[in-house]
Amino acid sequence: MSLPTVNLLTIRDLNVRFATERGELHALRDVGLDIGKERIVGIVGESGCGKSTLINAILGLLANNGRIDGGRILFNGRDLTRLDPKSMQALRGIEIATVFQDPMGALNPVISVGRQMRNIQYRSSLRNKEKDARSVAMLQRVRIPDAKQALHRFPHEFSGGMKQRIAIAMALMMEPALLIADEPTTALDATLEVATIDLLKDLQAGIGCSVLFISHHLGVIAELCDEVVVMYAGEVVERGSTSQVFNHPNHPYTARLLECDPARQAKRTRLLPTIPGEIPDLRHRPPGCIFASRCADHRSACQAPPPEIEVDNGHFARCIHARHHDENSRSRRP
Amino acid sequence: MGALGIALVVLMVAGAIFADLLSLYEPDRISPRDRFSAPSMEHFLGTDHLGRDLFARVLHGGRIALSVALSSILISLIIGVALGLVAGYGPRRLDNLMLLLLDSIKSFPTVMLALALVTLFGPSLTVVMVVVVLVTMPGYARIIRTQTLALKESEFVTAAISLGAGTPRILRVHIMPNVIGPLLILASMDIPVVIAIEAGMSFLGLGVRPPTPSWGAILNDGYAAIRESPWIVVAGGLPIIITTLGFTFLGETLRDVFDPRLDTRR
Repeated sequence: MSLPTVNLLTIRDLNVRFATERGELHALRDVGLDIGKERIVGIVGESGCGKSTLINAILGLLANNGRIDGGRILFNGRDLTRLDPKSMQALRGIEIATVFQDPMGALNPVISVGRQMRNIQYRSSLRNKEKDARSVAMLQRVRIPDAKQALHRFPHEFSGGMKQRIAIAMALMMEPALLIADEPTTALDATLEVATIDLLKDLQAGIGCSVLFISHHLGVIAELCDEVVVMYAGEVVERGSTSQVFNHPNHPYTARLLECDPARQAKRTRLLPTIPGEIPDLRHRPPGCIFASRCADHRSACQAPPPEIEVDNGHFARCIHARHHDENSRSRRP
Repeated sequence: MGALGIALVVLMVAGAIFADLLSLYEPDRISPRDRFSAPSMEHFLGTDHLGRDLFARVLHGGRIALSVALSSILISLIIGVALGLVAGYGPRRLDNLMLLLLDSIKSFPTVMLALALVTLFGPSLTVVMVVVVLVTMPGYARIIRTQTLALKESEFVTAAISLGAGTPRILRVHIMPNVIGPLLILASMDIPVVIAIEAGMSFLGLGVRPPTPSWGAILNDGYAAIRESPWIVVAGGLPIIITTLGFTFLGETLRDVFDPRLDTRR
């Protein structure tokens, strides 16, 4: 593995299980990823692939029926899976902050924006006036016009894009080391999406934090992220730098996912390509390759758990077909 | 309508507070010579069967009615909010237990409950207040619980948790402001109900003891003489009507005040 000292967050062999009425659901299996200091790492994957579970595991906010069953989440050298709830709470908002998907619901509708931003700073010993000054400065950084006036206004008086920027401002209020952005642009229209991505990039550079960016929009990931983690059915199937993964996908799932991106369609078509089959039932997780049932290159060797193969420097794929770039120059299958 | 509501409420509250200054007579001074006198410049609302000045009795009765109503509603609010938050935000099992408790309390008919408590402890103001708390509290707890359940899953609460807020802070800063508005509206509209409960119990002789002036007791006094001297019943009923209207209008106004989305000033 790469040097752990330069990583802000290192996840190794993380397993998360949920107790459900119809058996135990193995939501995350042997998840591993690294987030370097001041790096932007994207997670892609379809709905239900465990992106949100991963976030909640990092934040220590798994639902009551969920538990971490082995593995480590090292944040600045501390294992978050072993941290007590109090220390975990002290970490949230100060060192790890989160922005969620829905800008409409992210703000409390009956409290003014200024009050809410003051509330976030409740652990600081500053006076209210100084806190407000910091809120104004932060709102200006996310380009809210007339920031001073904005403190006295209520969430419903802002547009969706502005609300999302205010939510981002709140998350970055305490200048965290890690910002987790859970599909922050999904609810926004295309123009706002671009603006929000630019803003996030600026803020990240300004604060010098790392970002874990979740999205199912490949274009946004390519635009924003230094590295990509591809998740499928609760497993990391491929990870590496954005150019490595997007230009040389080594896992068949990544390859198919990229083919399905509407932005990459060469011809106009009414039928967008899809990946046949569906995600396996995670209560009865197949022991071998998780993608085997949908894979065109399926072999008998796929019945055994595939190893994570390093195909290039820092580029890993969990597939028996994965080959080092030097040995294998095969292009993506059509 | 709000202004009218506030005016009526202020009128009744001021009358109760300054009862001693406003009334020319002692509320329980008996004067046999003035029995059943009709309203006049001397006795604004007339006198009852013992010659007591009804105007003085109505004003002093307002003290009883309003203090019972306000204090018991306040107690009821505090208990209801606490139970509702615990039920809504706490573990599921506690929620079920709370609901069982609240529903059992609520299933007692008010009059039965009042009669049972009076039989056990004798008629007194305290019993009236206990009855009021038991009757109104489950409703408050229910409202708070339902809203808390909904808000618990809302994104801004998740966001607040993920930004480091603990449970007490979530409840106080994020949930309370969202639930307190509707509750205060309900409480304001409950005040007339409470006044009616107090008057009803006093009318039945289950509330305040006889010499103490109470609107319900005045109604009871006038009931026997309703044909000959109807002003006694009017004197007892009028303040109940005015207070009911006042607090109901006030509740409507509060609703507009507590919902920033209905704010039309900006």
